[in-house]
Amino acid sequence: MTSEKRILIYGYGNPGRQDDGLGVLLAERIEKWAAEEGLKGIVTDSNYQLNLEDAEAISGYDTVIFADASQEDIADYLFSPLVPSASVEFTMHAVSPAFILHLCHEAFNRFPDTYLLHIKGYSWEFMNNMTPPAKINLEKAVEFVKAFLKS
Amino acid sequence: MGQKITIEPVTRVEGHGKVTIHLDNEGKIEQTRLHIVEFRGFERFVQGRPYWEMPVLVQRLCGICPVSHHLAAAKALDVIVGAGTGEGLTPTGEKMRRLMHYGQMFQSHSLHFFHLASPDLLFGIDSDPLKRNVIGVALEYKDLAVQGVMMRKYGQEVIKATAGKKIHGTGAIPGGINKHLTEEERDYLLHGNEYMNIDKMIGWAQDALEFFKEYHKKNTAVIDGFAEFPSSYLSLVRKDGALDLYHGVLRAVDTEGKKILHDVDYQEYNKYIDEEVKSWSYMKFPYLKEIGKTNGWYSVGPLARLNTADFIDTPLAQKEFEEFRSYNNGKPSNRPMHAHWARLIEILHSAEKIKQLLNDPDLMEGELVTKGTKKYEGVGLIEAPRGTLFHHYKIGENDMITMANLIVSTTNNNQPMNIAVNQVAVKVMTGKKEITEGMMNAVEVAIRAYDPCLSCATHALGKMPLEFEIYNASEQLIERKYRG
Repeated sequence: MTSEKRILIYGYGNPGRQDDGLGVLLAERIEKWAAEEGLKGIVTDSNYQLNLEDAEAISGYDTVIFADASQEDIADYLFSPLVPSASVEFTMHAVSPAFILHLCHEAFNRFPDTYLLHIKGYSWEFMNNMTPPAKINLEKAVEFVKAFLKS
Repeated sequence: MGQKITIEPVTRVEGHGKVTIHLDNEGKIEQTRLHIVEFRGFERFVQGRPYWEMPVLVQRLCGICPVSHHLAAAKALDVIVGAGTGEGLTPTGEKMRRLMHYGQMFQSHSLHFFHLASPDLLFGIDSDPLKRNVIGVALEYKDLAVQGVMMRKYGQEVIKATAGKKIHGTGAIPGGINKHLTEEERDYLLHGNEYMNIDKMIGWAQDALEFFKEYHKKNTAVIDGFAEFPSSYLSLVRKDGALDLYHGVLRAVDTEGKKILHDVDYQEYNKYIDEEVKSWSYMKFPYLKEIGKTNGWYSVGPLARLNTADFIDTPLAQKEFEEFRSYNNGKPSNRPMHAHWARLIEILHSAEKIKQLLNDPDLMEGELVTKGTKKYEGVGLIEAPRGTLFHHYKIGENDMITMANLIVSTTNNNQPMNIAVNQVAVKVMTGKKEITEGMMNAVEVAIRAYDPCLSCATHALGKMPLEFEIYNASEQLIERKYRG
């Protein structure tokens, strides 16, 4: 996969709100790992939240993984193909990856293989430090992404 | 108390708000309020932190407009490090900051118009909400959607080149800036490619204005008659009265255009402005002291800026400004939907300014930082996309922050937004048996015209439901609806 395809790992969230930074930290870890391994074609990016222009940004890749903290009822992390959706988001603050993917299809006519990685978080206070269980979930998610990229 | 309807959260504004509309038994509006239900407390969080951290730390107030907080904080700290109150920076320091700010203005306004406002204009306030969003725009007006995305991207590239990165940039530091613009960055922003060059951005800004003006001609009642009410207006203006989004003096005018705050030094803003607290909102209600709490409220933002300024110092935007002022007979426009018009004129002005600055050699060479004698208090003001933003800090002998007061743009617009919401609610809901999605959206359209930012700078999957509730005269919940 890595030798032929252009891959984007896009983590988003606010590292200043404890576990909300899980996606951003995952992207940082993968960036460092890819450099150490000498893997070509893997690009990482991060932001507070997804924005409209990310539809254009992902259009240049074959494979995209969006990584975000999750409050959903999952064990540690959940990796799944992303289905595009035009559903109305109630703020730009919460533009969903599904919305971005749909906009990429409609506005730019590009169809990257796109996945969503939810990493379970627990606390969202104004602090830089992640909770211990979130750190464990991050490690598991990082190892999973490494294996996925090497496969 | 009669029927109560709650819309929570408001869609397509930044952050989390709640609208409650209280109806009596006859279906008449008793009261409408925009509640800001989140509490952030940044003014307390920053106390005890070293002052030099502020320009980076305060960006965490908001993931939508961190650049505005970054620059307002830096301007306040310029005073504290003895670099003056706005005119003391080196040419490179001031111009790099201005370039960053115009990039922020350009991308934020573009986002608002193309993503948040245009679906209402293109499809109508009553249209299917599944269609009334940017995907709907992309399906039916693909070029417009692509323009919106690329204008956003261009603005973000300007920010990246000046602040160092897209979020939590470090470009502005107390007393100046920490980098020059490189030749590569300048050339990319001037002539990047077919879609990413400044002339294309100016052209698209003009196209967007033509689109709006054409819409206005065909839908005059929607734009002119929607929630009109008298207001005072406040903004920074340059000392000669020109529109200035980065620095100037504080001016306020009344609904007829008469000056009620006479181009004062904003270092003394608290001589003229105070804030009232109300029990039902975490957001304060600012007012002009001289006029008093009841009538001293004012509006800020694009419409306020065009209502207070005497002229614009870039030729294309000035031509549009003259048309705007002429349409309103030279007086302030009291029509909230004219904020979209004003916002588009500011997009054009920002693009013209970016082009001017990119051709200025001061960005690529010269001293970056001004040093001076330390002071213990400083105020920084900037015209953020949504309006005047105040940052006020005091420090102790050990350089730690001892006091912070922030008045964000949306707080300045608190009372006008409440009035606009009530106006629309009375107009569209009075006497109606059923509250439709279209009526709800009409209320939200009034709020969206102010582009409020209520953001808490956090998000997580599964965190944000959308619901509104209807209560009968006995306060019993009779209906709950979810959207989004």
